[in-house]
Amino acid sequence: MTSSLVPDIKEKVVLELNVRNHPGVMSHVCGLFARRAFNVEGILCMPVGEGVDSRIWLLVREDERLPQMIAQVEKLVDVISVARHGAEHVVFERLEDFFC
Amino acid sequence: MQISGAQLIVRLLEQHGVTTVAGVPGGAALPLYDALSHSTRIHHVLVGHEQGAGFIAQGMARVSGRAGVCVASSGPGATNLVTAIADAKLDSIPVVCITGQVPSAMIGTDAFQEVDTYGISIPITKHNWLVRNVEDLLTIIPDAFRIAESGRPGPVWVDVPKDVQSAMIEIDTLPAAAVRDTLPTPRSELIEEAARMIDAAVRPVLYLGGGIVTAEACAEAVALAEQAGLPTTMTLMGLGAMPVDHPLSLGMLGMHAARYTNYVLEEADLLIVLGARFDDRAIGKAEKFCPNAAVIHIDVDAAELGKIRRPHVGINADVKAALSLLLPKIQPQSRVQWLERVHALKAAHPMLMPGAEDPRSHYGLVLAVAAALDDEAVIATDVGQHQMWVAQAYPLRRPRQWLTSGGLGTMGFGMPAAIGAALAEPERTVVCFSGDGSLKMNIQEMATAVEEDTNIKVVLMNNQSLGLVHQQQNMFYGERYYASDYRKPTDFVKIAEGFGMQTFDLDKASNPRAMIAEAMALRGPCLIHCSIDVNQQVLPMVPPGAANTEMIGG
Ligand SMILES: Cc1ncc(C[n+]2csc(CCOP(=O)(O)OP(=O)(O)O)c2C)c(N)n1
Repeated sequence: MTSSLVPDIKEKVVLELNVRNHPGVMSHVCGLFARRAFNVEGILCMPVGEGVDSRIWLLVREDERLPQMIAQVEKLVDVISVARHGAEHVVFERLEDFFC
Repeated sequence: MQISGAQLIVRLLEQHGVTTVAGVPGGAALPLYDALSHSTRIHHVLVGHEQGAGFIAQGMARVSGRAGVCVASSGPGATNLVTAIADAKLDSIPVVCITGQVPSAMIGTDAFQEVDTYGISIPITKHNWLVRNVEDLLTIIPDAFRIAESGRPGPVWVDVPKDVQSAMIEIDTLPAAAVRDTLPTPRSELIEEAARMIDAAVRPVLYLGGGIVTAEACAEAVALAEQAGLPTTMTLMGLGAMPVDHPLSLGMLGMHAARYTNYVLEEADLLIVLGARFDDRAIGKAEKFCPNAAVIHIDVDAAELGKIRRPHVGINADVKAALSLLLPKIQPQSRVQWLERVHALKAAHPMLMPGAEDPRSHYGLVLAVAAALDDEAVIATDVGQHQMWVAQAYPLRRPRQWLTSGGLGTMGFGMPAAIGAALAEPERTVVCFSGDGSLKMNIQEMATAVEEDTNIKVVLMNNQSLGLVHQQQNMFYGERYYASDYRKPTDFVKIAEGFGMQTFDLDKASNPRAMIAEAMALRGPCLIHCSIDVNQQVLPMVPPGAANTEMIGG
């Protein structure tokens, strides 16, 4: 697969990552996208339950490189699972009030 | 018992069977060094530059398959390690790198010798840690070895603030030593499908990468090739997986392959790719690589499947396990027609080695050194023309015989990697083929080679030039040689003598073959110097970005 650095603007994808909660995990995840010049439009992160784990929500655009990005994210040691949702997912929509 | 964090690190290293670490001390690592000084099981190798320590750790890991360990202080000690760790990442070599850091309370204050080691090491490691509490060492150190060695191996980095090294901890027993993660097992329907494709193929080629060496699956790969009648090519990292003189071996593929190898690949209708990642130096222009071939790709790293080339059958599994399931399902075939075609291509477009008879020429020297050694020797290289000449000409016949910087292509890799190999396997002769440019990048490690009395033989192919750059300027930049040739000669023989090495100068030898044999038979480190014509080239050559069939020369 060839990849272009200027992909067409495509539909939104919401990624849900369950991760181990420690100070480095955000840098691992965000750095992975940044290094590949893959734009992340929205990020949300909060601890879940007892706080041992966290959940990171990422808003990205569909792109031919996305499957490879997800495969690389899944390889991160502190990432427990990755789920992919479509644009219909409400997590970012519900926050829109805070961004106007 | 009450022990310090530093003592705990040392105990855990001992427990993991570490007997050698390489490094340079400094303020933020002194508690760790003090603890190391009390170890009777771990020998510390003091190097001249931390990059050397990183490559020594790699050398140990590349010959043994177990994580090599390097140690450094904070700030410049840590940044000096970066290149060697990045190199380990690209070649999937297990290394555990431990650095001192300024005390926790001073992190973020721009303290003396503070750098963001954690941040710097994220993109060049498989995983990394900044240790916040002494108790965390109980899990982090075993995890470091487990992660470095499991699945697709890689380097890991543990940054330990000075106060964490000094902090005391009460422990009764050490945690259990790390056990490697279980590897993904192949799905049986995919194995069936792969077997069907191999049986049905008319012009299949087996393509082996460094992963086949890591997986200790070379015997299985050769068995597959023999059973299914598969001509077999290897990447730079895979050399040695099948002996070069095996009748099915096509040698290395790609940028500096023999012409026939790339032509055979062009005609393939099936490519069976094991533990390889379709690197651009191996496949040339991706869209034009093996245009008519279906692909079976087996790799322990799921992210490699489809990264460059979408496989028809992609199997995420330990390649050794996959091969043991695949082998009984494959019909024995002699493939007379296809192998005849391969032989015809080989006869028409063989690997040419001009000057092979002259032990003072580029190919001839590589072959003369090989003639003085057996397959037990380890062969390391630096980076440049000499590296490719060795890859093309040296009769590599055994996995883990060959140490070269493949992915990062780091000049300066060779000599410290050879020292590491010699430290790990002292009974072997370890040869490092180097160029004058590369040797200067870590020449200070000659002192380490002498200090440790390692059995390394540095064969310097001295063209008084950055030869590979000179070659590219000749071929692609209108012969405008710029910043590639050294105007004044360096007396490497004197330098090596100054470090206390034995030296042999083939330029002055009346019988160069006898001199090479004498140098190889000697115990201990030596330099074998030979002047090489700067205008010799590595051929054939696929221009960067071109298809593999568009070779120049050869
Ligand atoms: C650390 C580093 N810097 C720069 C390069 C780019 N480079 C690749 S080969 C080469 C020349 C190598 O010269 P030498 O070691 O003398 O080997 P030769 O090609 O002459 O055999 C250079 C500068 C590199 N690979 N590594």
